[in-house]
Amino acid sequence: MHTILDTICDRELSYQQKVHALARDAEATLDVLPIPDAARDLLERGVICDLFEGHAPWRPRYIIPDYGRFMHQGSDFLRISPPRTLMEAIHALLALYHHVPSITNFPVWIGDIDTLLEPFVEAEPRAGEIIGHFLDHIDRTLNDSFCHANIGPFATQAGRIILRHQRMASNAVPNMSIKYDPETTPEDFALEAVLTSLATAKPSFAHHPRFRDEFNSAGYEHYAIASCYNGLPVRGGSTTLVRLNLARLAETARDRDDLLTRALPDAVSAMLALMDVRVDFLVTRSGFFESSFLVREGLIEFSRFTGMFGVVGLAECVNRHFAKDSGGTVFGHNDLADAFGIEIIRRIDAAVRSHRAPHLTAFGGRYQLHAQVGIDSDVGVSPGCRIPIGDEPELMEHLVRSAPFHAFFPSGIGDVFAFEPTAKNNPGHILDIIRGAFASGVRYLSLYASDADVVRITGYLVKRSELARLNRGEAVLQDTTALGRGAINNLRVLDRKLRS
Amino acid sequence: MTATCHVARILRSSAVDGPGNRSVVFLQGCDFDCLYCHNPETRKPCNACGLCIPACPHEALKTASGEVVWNRQNCRDCGACIAVCPHSSSPKTRRMTVEQILSDILPWRAFLRGITISGGECLLQPDCTTAILEAAARADLPGLVDTNGSTPLADLPGLVAAAEGFMLDIKAWDDDEHRSLTRAGNATVLANLDFLIPTDKLLEVRTVITGTFDAEQTVREVARRIARAPNPVRYRIIAFRPEGVQAAGRAACQTPDATLLERLRGIALTEGARDVLLIRMP
Repeated sequence: MHTILDTICDRELSYQQKVHALARDAEATLDVLPIPDAARDLLERGVICDLFEGHAPWRPRYIIPDYGRFMHQGSDFLRISPPRTLMEAIHALLALYHHVPSITNFPVWIGDIDTLLEPFVEAEPRAGEIIGHFLDHIDRTLNDSFCHANIGPFATQAGRIILRHQRMASNAVPNMSIKYDPETTPEDFALEAVLTSLATAKPSFAHHPRFRDEFNSAGYEHYAIASCYNGLPVRGGSTTLVRLNLARLAETARDRDDLLTRALPDAVSAMLALMDVRVDFLVTRSGFFESSFLVREGLIEFSRFTGMFGVVGLAECVNRHFAKDSGGTVFGHNDLADAFGIEIIRRIDAAVRSHRAPHLTAFGGRYQLHAQVGIDSDVGVSPGCRIPIGDEPELMEHLVRSAPFHAFFPSGIGDVFAFEPTAKNNPGHILDIIRGAFASGVRYLSLYASDADVVRITGYLVKRSELARLNRGEAVLQDTTALGRGAINNLRVLDRKLRS
Repeated sequence: MTATCHVARILRSSAVDGPGNRSVVFLQGCDFDCLYCHNPETRKPCNACGLCIPACPHEALKTASGEVVWNRQNCRDCGACIAVCPHSSSPKTRRMTVEQILSDILPWRAFLRGITISGGECLLQPDCTTAILEAAARADLPGLVDTNGSTPLADLPGLVAAAEGFMLDIKAWDDDEHRSLTRAGNATVLANLDFLIPTDKLLEVRTVITGTFDAEQTVREVARRIARAPNPVRYRIIAFRPEGVQAAGRAACQTPDATLLERLRGIALTEGARDVLLIRMP
């Protein structure tokens, strides 16, 4: 059994990683949440999982500060004035990043960094060098690749500098998305993003008009893509993310009917009860929203925090309950199997929509669905609603078959595609695929070329060269490298079908 | 017009047959016999000899009324039939109407920048090529023609008008060298190059570097001419690759080294080509 002494004496953890692990160990000694028996039972059987959020939630899992407001007003708490130059801007942002909590203890969103820096670029002849140092500093100090930056949808000088630097630097951090609008994002900027992504597995592509319209109609002017690919309102975030493992749930059901009418509704309501308990502790007991300067200075607002209901392993769930008919893997290949998958998600969506979280008012108190990408110890559990690695159909069919699921998951769903290195000769090919995917209903996708040193594991990034170092028993900079090692062994993420 | 086309195969999505993502219609039949041909099975019509039937490990081939019939459901695309065919053909070619061809492509229209008609040599079926181009254009899918240049384009004004652009192979500049490489002369090919340049429909010229002809001369002469085009014509200079090439070609051709390729790029740029792309072994 793992002990605190094991953490202290570990040879593969850096000092910083030990501090974080010891904090988790300390929290794990508490037992303060009144978790209902049904939820406790499903937790123990691995049907639901609280994703290492700890026994006493003391900060929201995902925090999305309003960096635009911060740049405008500075911070009294940090004694920072509104920046007037590029040097002041990156100084201000790096200082604030250090104080943005999350489940990982690093910020999971660092802003629309091109838009934040662009006003200062014109007057700064050394902009390329300064932004390069800014990005390298983030990579070396925010040592967790769930740290996510956004760029786009407009082409900016800052955006071009950022893309060019990412291509050269081959950093795993920050994770990055481009808010891509097929109508308004200039073609040359989008092609630069494709080439950068082939070289270094980022940015991923988010369907900007769709996210914008969905968040606008829910009353939020701006949205962020944070952590893996989580769509959340700016100046808000998510209190918690718990997940329902449909692959494990499937094992508890006799047949499809039993799954839909008994096992699924029981598990959904048990998981909602667990989420409610976690939210209640965070809001009424932890004191986070009363004490954080982020709240006091208006960089986050409690009324913009939701909670995320995660699902994982849909493919294995469907395949298990179609095995008798088909004798094989059918999810992503067979219309009836895919329709059954949609029916499962539709029922989860309806149950989650009709539930009201305690205290929370964002999205009318409704939790948001999230296609969870898995954890490093998952074996035989595909992320969210993805088609399993090894079963992937041809690329366009893969996207068309995945698209209907994207409608249910504004707070995050996406797929990852690996390309032959020759794809770099025709980035327009990939941009056409992305446009077709968005027109077909896909909201988010990621890609890389198979010769990139930075590789996307499920939603986060790992450097292969760092992985090799960890495999030699040496401590490495980023905590996500160890997660990647587990996922490569258990989820075969390096065996994704190569697209030409 | 309801042309029936002889189709080698239809590729729904391609990254290497023109700009962007394109569906490609490969028409069966070619009048060149290139040493380095990568798809010799597209050269001739099937003569129903039946040698491929016992070679198929998946029982996807049989004889019916004097023809070899291909069962798509059983086929695993293992290539065994093509490997045994002594006639540069394939049992998997199909006779299709233009409507049938388009119905294979249109479901993927949202993903496509256009289509490309290739071969074999597609201009040996000029009516089909024109009809496919026109039908695709009506569906907002502009069509490129990928050709060896053996058919005079000046005689096909309808086809030229229907095409968004052309990609032309110049396999060698010298006629004798062209004959030794392809068993055909290049007078019509070079006439087509001159014909296309002022039309602004020449998108790309390709030359495969094999070590069997004067590559510097070919690159120089091609680059001089495309420099005069109103549009920036891409010159794609491709290193010979032995994969999929028949034994005689593998024996005769050599893969050029990076130094030679860079020298050729330099020549092309010096002569005024504006967009030169080297394709080498990965």
